[in-house]
Amino acid sequence: MSAALTGRAAVTIGFAITFSLAVAARSTGQTIAISGATIFPVSGPRIEHGTILLRDGKIAAVGANVTVPANAARIDASGRWITPGFIQTGTTLGVKLLESGGLAQTEEDSVTGEVNAAFNLAEAIDPASLTLPVARLEGVTSTLAVPTGGLVPGQGVLFDLAGDRLDDLLDKAPAVMVMDLSEGGKSAGGGSRAGAVQRLRRTLRDALEYSRRKEDYRRGQIQPLAAPAEDLEALQPVVRGELPVLAIANRRSDIDNALRLAREFKLRLVIWGGAEAWQAAADLAAARVPVVVEPLTDVPRFDALSPRLDNATLLRAAGVTTVLAQRDMAQFRDLRQAAGNAVRNGLSWDDALRGVTLAPAEVFGVQDRYGSLEPGKVANLVVWSGDPFEFSSEAEHVFIRGREMPRQNRQTELRDRYRALPPRF
Amino acid sequence: MALSSVRLALPRRFIVLPTLPGAGLLAACAAATSSVSGPARTSAERPQYVSTYQRRPSGAVLIRNATVLTAAGPEQERAAILFANGKIVAVGPDVVAPADAVVVDGTGKFVTPGIIDTHSHMGVYAAPGTQSEADGNEATNPVTAQVWAEHSFWPQDPQIPLAVAGGVTVIQVLPGSANLIGGRSATLRLIPARTVQDMKLPGAPYGLKMACGENPKRVYGQRPLGPSTRMGNMAGYRAAFIEAERYRAKWDGWLKTRHGEPPDRDLKLETLAEVLRGRILPHIHCYRADEMAQMIDLSKEFGFKIRSFHHAVEAYKIADLLAREGIAASVWDDWWGFKMEALDAIPENAALLERAGAKPIMHSDDPNGIQRLNQEAAKAMYAGRRIGIPISREQAIRWMTANPAWALGIDSITGTLEPGKAADVVVWSGDPFSVYSKAERVYNEGWLVFDRADTAHQWKTDFNLGTSAPGVGR
Repeated sequence: MSAALTGRAAVTIGFAITFSLAVAARSTGQTIAISGATIFPVSGPRIEHGTILLRDGKIAAVGANVTVPANAARIDASGRWITPGFIQTGTTLGVKLLESGGLAQTEEDSVTGEVNAAFNLAEAIDPASLTLPVARLEGVTSTLAVPTGGLVPGQGVLFDLAGDRLDDLLDKAPAVMVMDLSEGGKSAGGGSRAGAVQRLRRTLRDALEYSRRKEDYRRGQIQPLAAPAEDLEALQPVVRGELPVLAIANRRSDIDNALRLAREFKLRLVIWGGAEAWQAAADLAAARVPVVVEPLTDVPRFDALSPRLDNATLLRAAGVTTVLAQRDMAQFRDLRQAAGNAVRNGLSWDDALRGVTLAPAEVFGVQDRYGSLEPGKVANLVVWSGDPFEFSSEAEHVFIRGREMPRQNRQTELRDRYRALPPRF
Repeated sequence: MALSSVRLALPRRFIVLPTLPGAGLLAACAAATSSVSGPARTSAERPQYVSTYQRRPSGAVLIRNATVLTAAGPEQERAAILFANGKIVAVGPDVVAPADAVVVDGTGKFVTPGIIDTHSHMGVYAAPGTQSEADGNEATNPVTAQVWAEHSFWPQDPQIPLAVAGGVTVIQVLPGSANLIGGRSATLRLIPARTVQDMKLPGAPYGLKMACGENPKRVYGQRPLGPSTRMGNMAGYRAAFIEAERYRAKWDGWLKTRHGEPPDRDLKLETLAEVLRGRILPHIHCYRADEMAQMIDLSKEFGFKIRSFHHAVEAYKIADLLAREGIAASVWDDWWGFKMEALDAIPENAALLERAGAKPIMHSDDPNGIQRLNQEAAKAMYAGRRIGIPISREQAIRWMTANPAWALGIDSITGTLEPGKAADVVVWSGDPFSVYSKAERVYNEGWLVFDRADTAHQWKTDFNLGTSAPGVGR
């Protein structure tokens, strides 16, 4: 299921449904040449006055001396900045429109229950969601959408923010298994963090037991297990160390608990939230555990009494791979503001750009296709009028799988309708 | 965010009143309407919950060679600003400092007025965010005009110094938005203090928080008396103000003659009567354009004037109406889609209001957002420029200084860097509309309340003690 470079990825949902999808299935065959810009490939040094060629939904060439085919469509990007499209981590983009107000018609991101390892979010994605065109105009081209609620909310999925059908936009499902070791998960443990960790431990142990004794399980010759078979099945890639665990943990002790579980079960761990991760930076670096940080939050809660705005800075200084995120749905437009604030608080500009591009691609296992501007990678990129983190800049061209995105969305249409009052309906 | 959207509050004043140092409102009324004031016969006539704020002693400060955004005129480059005894003394290219002035080199830096947030729930929804500190919504009745936000306010809320580090010097603390009429607000200086009285800005009028739309009908929809609909909301406001009209007439009559027994006091109606007298400024949480128009009709029915709509994500749809009525709009730049009534938010809201001649204000309603109101204004300024509305920095700075000062009725006291105004001053590391700039120094009425370079000027609240919270100088 590696495949995206060859154009196909097999995606397993639960253990029953299998999708096959083609990256850039509907390529036009047109070659697009964007030239004159400062290009930030992320995987290498910046290129001044560079050119980038897009063909068949992929990046065909990047460099200062790229020969542009005669038949290519040309975009003059002189003075502009080009970066990979941003990957927004830990959202409910496409699966939830409204944050509060309890509007069930707009929410698909959770199911009842505490351990929902088999719950895969993919089929909740609505490609027509009003959120996607808005996020695109902020330079976001892919997102890791995650389920919410419970101790094991389920499987997060990675998809591109353009396409008419699920097959057109899905890239990796599952991409992560979400677990909640924070305040949010403890009710599943009977009201204590220790209970929650122990329940997770039982569940993971039983996932191993299940895989060793499937025949006994089928014949009913086994003690009752901690979760239904479909959930234990869904946990197999987790206990094999293949599917990353995205562990919500903010308090230092919750991070320690996650690290302990990861050691016990050889999990591929990613910390999400990590408000006090700066205190555990050395441990995280030693265990090579990345952290998904939200740079715009620093209000103390009992979940984490010592958050700080330079969390990402301290983690990077210790050598921790750091992903930058902005998950609040009311402010999901603000990923680039979040990255800019990380820089404001000490992170290097290059690390901030990496934190919204190549770092999440690596952490979620799609670095062969996403996250940098290199030949062969999916042509998700943004032409910015200037520094993408500055408010004065805007995304002038957004490409997803080689196709330029329209600059209209519901918000621009409202704006244009009411630009002159009274409006003409 | 879900929490804060449930809270929502509003409001303040519309008439610039002379400084009434925290006196009870009826006492103020008595002084204004009665030349013969005998000994106070009722508690209503005594000073109520008086401000005990005292300016901290501070020497003269000269910040030189900076870009100064005064919020009262054009941007001044390579200018100096001098303040002393808590007041702005001079701003301009050639300011002479007294010999004992502390001189701050402002090369490459920007100086602006202190940021004023018209919409905060700090202190009433304090961190760490447990039910124990959830004191912002008296959600026991849809009309609770009798409650005062200051009576819930906790001065040790650790969110406060975080806001100060973002350049905020004054906030309006509001009750939440569960109720049709949520109660009185308070306007506070953000300084370390043991009591809320020590923070109350002398001379600031009270505001009244009201709320439209989804929140009240959601909170009360399942209760026997409602309201459960928007029309029920309207009926609720009207019933309350009808009562208040009678109450006001009774008291005004008695205060004129002082014959017989004074009328009974009713705290709820006392506040609403002060709204009718124009002494308490209505601030109304309202998202939708059509509902704002309904609230304007309500204000005309009862003869009061709305000072600011809050959240007002659809204000751009009626920018002409708001300009005509002289009502400010306290908005975010890009909060969007967190409930149905927030579905039509657009980032150009503030710019379209500015162009129409209305009064946009950047507000936070959020303990994280309040740390970056300059960034919120920056997003809104550039969103305007992108559609050809040439918002200048000098205009955009007003969205978080002069305009909120007006909305809170304190524009004669603070909000601009004009001689005689309070020395509420922020020194920024660079252009405050850049994502990379930080507030380096914050002066609250001349006193250095925050210095990013000096931990002696980075206060921690009592709550922060014993934790490894790093403070705010980072």
